[in-house]
Amino acid sequence: MDGNYILYKFILATVILLISLLVAMYSTLLERKVAGYIQDRLGPNRAGIGGIFQPLADGLKLFYKEEFMPGTADKFLYILGPSLTMMIALLTSAVIPWGNSIVVNGTEYSLQVADINVGVLYVFAILSIGVYGIMIGGWASNNKYALIGAVRAASQMISYELAMSMSIIAIVMMSGSLSLKDIVDQQHGMNWNVWYQPLGFLIFIVCAFAECNRSPFDLPECETELIGGYHTEYSSMKLGFYLFAEYINMFISSAMIATLFFGGYNFPFMDSLNLSHNALTIIGSLVFFMKIIFFVFFFMWVRWTLPRFRYDQLMRLGWKTLLPLAIVNILVTGFVIMLKNHL
Amino acid sequence: MLLNNHKVSLSGRSKIVSNKDMTFAEKIYLPAIIAGFGITIHHFFKKKATIQYPEVKRPIADIYRGKHVLKRDDEGRERCTACGLCALSCPAEAITMIAAERKEDEKHLYREEKYASVYEINMLRCIFCGLCEEACPKEAIFLTNEMVLADLHRSDFIYGKDVLVEPSDKRVDISIRQTPEVLSFKKDKNQTHNR
Repeated sequence: MDGNYILYKFILATVILLISLLVAMYSTLLERKVAGYIQDRLGPNRAGIGGIFQPLADGLKLFYKEEFMPGTADKFLYILGPSLTMMIALLTSAVIPWGNSIVVNGTEYSLQVADINVGVLYVFAILSIGVYGIMIGGWASNNKYALIGAVRAASQMISYELAMSMSIIAIVMMSGSLSLKDIVDQQHGMNWNVWYQPLGFLIFIVCAFAECNRSPFDLPECETELIGGYHTEYSSMKLGFYLFAEYINMFISSAMIATLFFGGYNFPFMDSLNLSHNALTIIGSLVFFMKIIFFVFFFMWVRWTLPRFRYDQLMRLGWKTLLPLAIVNILVTGFVIMLKNHL
Repeated sequence: MLLNNHKVSLSGRSKIVSNKDMTFAEKIYLPAIIAGFGITIHHFFKKKATIQYPEVKRPIADIYRGKHVLKRDDEGRERCTACGLCALSCPAEAITMIAAERKEDEKHLYREEKYASVYEINMLRCIFCGLCEEACPKEAIFLTNEMVLADLHRSDFIYGKDVLVEPSDKRVDISIRQTPEVLSFKKDKNQTHNR
């Protein structure tokens, strides 16, 4: 624990924070572009070349909006809500292995802020706190729509958290470790978990959509019924924080999907390239980011393809379909592992 | 009797609704979702319908009827003689004018002995039907392919002679609209307006 080590971790954490924010910022532009392209439009293209400054313009607009607070709102909680959402959204990136390690002068620098041996549990713990921001914000607004949205968010999170954790247990059983780094290292080359756990992947991705409150599970902010849901009473940058946190969550979820099921920074033919360790790490990180961007795109693709679920359908899907399927998946995985060990 | 026994579909696209149980493929919903992805990705790569307006303008028809122009003759004199036939023919009552007598020293300005000292068209009333153009015996008023632009005040939409009369150094080309079809239509004696 020398000073160098702390400085290096500090810089790495800052860089990852900035990258998360940057990717989330440009996800807003990508979302609008994807929406436009899917609807035979062009999307925003006036601010800079191809609309490259659009996120800045949007952010600036949110900063200049009137900071409105309902008179009956609980002031402390009202401000705590978006801050908490934003903070929790950024916390998860700590345990994700963004790349292998870089060796400089014989010292190995890992591209992961914290390789804790309960990485998967940490992610789930943080994800389940995520609903607090929405819940507190919706409650503090003192508005019936906001409250209904918040309650929906809470029950949706609880319902889908279960199936999500269950789908991961199969992965943990296969890898025998809760550390995300170990899980990634076991998916060397094309040996990705998705080939062994297609059902687990399907359950995980559906739950990830629900956890991010993304369409088709965006019931907490369902405009047609609840105006804006939990952020009905929010304006200015506080609303911006809520919307921005959604994009960060999307980025982190994509990173999790890529890490758990698509090999993280592993890519096919990585051994036959005869590259140095550092070069492999850098290419691996780029590949990892490409996977993440693909899944961010997939999130948007789904949003502009599928209509929103009805609330009872959402609950039925969560409890009656995904949870039993996840349990069956665990049983089958356990059975296969047992067979393999005894043969 | 026929209607009772046979379902008549006027559009030919009506579907008979059934409440049959869903098949397994329909129940698991995934094939439908994947088909949906196919549709959206197809649209993603399709040619976009957007026209980038200020840079690219939508092509307008040859016979597009836009803003009016009051023509001058070959010597640069105003052709309008303030007969009022255009105002009379206007179904929207958008045209109004005040006639004046030409002075001796104004012969180079006005072709006829009488001219319009004030000629106003209210562009908010105008329906761009082109009847004023057809009524005009002096070939003085024409509709052009220019558009009437947006403005901030209603009063700014009352176009006077300063806007309508073509500048003598910058003549307005009105031949674009005068396609052979339009000209033959104007001279067709079977049409009531030409009798």
